[in-house]
Amino acid sequence: MHHFTALLDTLLLTRSRHGKLAAIVRHLRTVPDPDRGWALAALTGGIDFPAIKAGVVRTLMAQRVDPVLWTLSRDYLGDTAETASLLWPDPPEPAGLPPLLAEVVETLGTATRANAAARLAGLLDRLDSDGRYALLKFATGALRVGVSARLAKLAFADAFGVPVDLVEEYWHGQSPPYAALFAWAVEGAPAPSAALVPLYRPFMLAHPLEDDQLDLETYAAEWKWDGIRVQIVHAAGQTRLFSRGGDDISAAFPDIAGALAHPAVIDGELLVRGDTQGPAIGGGAASFNALQQRLGRKTVSARMLAESPAFVRCYDLLGAEGEDLRPLPWQDRRARLEALMPRLDPARFDLSPLIVAESWDALAQLRAEARDAAIEGIMFKHRQSAYVAGRRAGLWYKWKRDALRIDCVLMYAQRGSGKRSSLYSDFTFGCWTADPDAGGELVPVGKAYFGFTDDELAMLDRHVRQHTVAKFGPVRETDKSLVFEVAFDSVHASRRHKSGVAMRFPRIARIRTDKPAHEADRLATLMAMIAD
Amino acid sequence: MIADFAWIRPEPAGLYVRPADLWIDPARAVPRALITHGHADHARAGHGETAATPETLAIMRERYGQIGEARPMRYGDRVSVGNGVHATFLPAGHVLGSAQILLEHAGERVIVTGDYKRRADPTCAPFAVTGCDLLITEATFGLPVFRHPPIAQEIARLLAARAAEPDRAILVGAYALGKAQRVIAELRAAGFADPIWLHGAMERMCRLYQDHGVALGDLRPVAGASRGDLAGAIVICPPSALGDRWSRRLPDPVLAMASGWMRVRQRVQQRGVELPLVISDHADWDELTTTIAEIAPAETWITHGREEALLRWCELHQRKARALALVGYEDEAE
Repeated sequence: MHHFTALLDTLLLTRSRHGKLAAIVRHLRTVPDPDRGWALAALTGGIDFPAIKAGVVRTLMAQRVDPVLWTLSRDYLGDTAETASLLWPDPPEPAGLPPLLAEVVETLGTATRANAAARLAGLLDRLDSDGRYALLKFATGALRVGVSARLAKLAFADAFGVPVDLVEEYWHGQSPPYAALFAWAVEGAPAPSAALVPLYRPFMLAHPLEDDQLDLETYAAEWKWDGIRVQIVHAAGQTRLFSRGGDDISAAFPDIAGALAHPAVIDGELLVRGDTQGPAIGGGAASFNALQQRLGRKTVSARMLAESPAFVRCYDLLGAEGEDLRPLPWQDRRARLEALMPRLDPARFDLSPLIVAESWDALAQLRAEARDAAIEGIMFKHRQSAYVAGRRAGLWYKWKRDALRIDCVLMYAQRGSGKRSSLYSDFTFGCWTADPDAGGELVPVGKAYFGFTDDELAMLDRHVRQHTVAKFGPVRETDKSLVFEVAFDSVHASRRHKSGVAMRFPRIARIRTDKPAHEADRLATLMAMIAD
Repeated sequence: MIADFAWIRPEPAGLYVRPADLWIDPARAVPRALITHGHADHARAGHGETAATPETLAIMRERYGQIGEARPMRYGDRVSVGNGVHATFLPAGHVLGSAQILLEHAGERVIVTGDYKRRADPTCAPFAVTGCDLLITEATFGLPVFRHPPIAQEIARLLAARAAEPDRAILVGAYALGKAQRVIAELRAAGFADPIWLHGAMERMCRLYQDHGVALGDLRPVAGASRGDLAGAIVICPPSALGDRWSRRLPDPVLAMASGWMRVRQRVQQRGVELPLVISDHADWDELTTTIAEIAPAETWITHGREEALLRWCELHQRKARALALVGYEDEAE
């Protein structure tokens, strides 16, 4: 545990990516198995103790600290683990030596809901406040030390001199503490085999297209459908559906997972049948909002399967018949994909069509119509490019439709988390139900916590502090004097929101100190933009 | 008799003592002011009659040049300030010259703590626990998460970092009045005898402390130093200079910061600090609550800081208390 505590501390106090990388490399080289594997799992979000949730920590603290003092402290620090680590009373007698991570995993991994709190308390009693912080971060996830899973894997590759792409690839067949992965990288044991398990392949991603024009001879154009990117893999009789982050979402989509019985790795867009997207071009897909009803579920009802059948619109073919197609040029993979399509269930798989445009202007015209067609925009793929993990310059571009914009009034602000824990950085804004001079009121329509620069954030924080009219715990109500120009991708009808609308990707485009609040937009204006 | 303390009143600009027509640490210029200590948010420029300890007056003169009608108040002297109000300045242990102010009127005793701490500090006189009916206390670190470690432990970490990085300078961000001199004095107490290097903004206050008999040892300006001089050196600068272009003249500095806020990991990250030193000149949670318990006033008013939590503590301990909303005190600068 003390190695991990020191690692967290170093990562927190080291600003440079290089410094963080070096600290993880050092840790992986010097700490024995299996603790280094557990640390790696923590850095890559691979730790999950079902019985230990933030609620357990709160319950424990409620037995030891006055709840009001706990809430005030928690709101001030913006971090449950840190607050608990500082408020946990030191036991009168030291309760034993600090545990190793392996013991922590053994203790918490086998905990039940009934004994989770007692087990966690037993471990906390054996640690000082830094150790308690590390333990709670380890047990509840979200380390917030500015290390991505990618950086941790890079460190693993660096530490043992193996290629990072192979690390990414083998990773998904493994579980913490990654004994086989360490055996392969450290001792040269055989690589975990990809043919025997349906492995996830790291996704290839696109850069946003700025003001450039691309040569359409070099780049193929394709619609950017508004669903979620997925990878569906069939190997050794099993099928897995992975989201872009590598999460296995097969259980939520048995209709898809059960439909592929051919050894293949397909990259595509997961959509739900409907007629919102691309009606004029045979799009046949419902809005993102419809898909969202099926996301984030552990299981899915028969009724939902019948009412919102899912399908995959295929973009790319990364493997077939055990052969890795990723090194091939895009146009060759596309040809293989087109050849495969007739062998797939047409109810569950169709081919994403290419866009044929005579000129850039013609393409720009099509993009301008994308909003009416409820499509996110246009993708460009270099015809000669291999399928490579991550976002590489010059290979893939996304050209999203223009954002929608509306003027809203700041209503409430809340302190952020993590880096922004002392700043009011989460803003709730509203529109007028009617002309404010005729009795119209503001109703909250959305929340945004990005889109502004650090300087603007400092200004907004000051505004909130100086214009507070009421406080509700961590939330401040402001005097409704400041107008934001809010940009957002789309807006949908919602029964969960008082206003009846839910925005997608809202961000603060501009702070309109020049605009009086009563001139902000009406709710009806926003309603008129609803796409589904 | 139920004490009502009607003669002292919280106003947005500060505490107002009505019968004597004077203000304590007012946020704007007033004809008559009592000043607890020399930090700029408490000791503002432009007052008329200004009563403070001789050290605080010296600090104000250093900062503002002339001050109005200066009225030196020595610790422990009970002085009439008009219309039946008496004031006694008592050590607060915050910085050089810092004072609590005991006010007596109509049979009631009121103490305004100003900023204070209870820990030993070689640069100023220790806090004097004094009985009163109404205690008006600060609450900068008024949350139970704030428990400052012993300063010796933090100084030892500073010296260990220096030993581990002999080719780098250790740049310590510290408030120019009080914190900087305390860190230097504690380094000396720990046996560190090498020159300590100062950012230009530190020099005047260090000299003032030395002139008041606080031994700080060999201090040198960074301005005249070569890069070679500064390898392995401890350099003190204002917090604002930590990330500033100024620090580029130092050999690959380790960024340290001495502040009670360094207890909070996210603050450390926001500041880009590599070596957080939890050193504060304010009372921590235990000191705040112990002080209220020891003095046991009939009533406690809580001024600037995290007043809600201290208010809650008073409620849990059946102590009458209220929070005052005073503006203008900048606790972030600690």
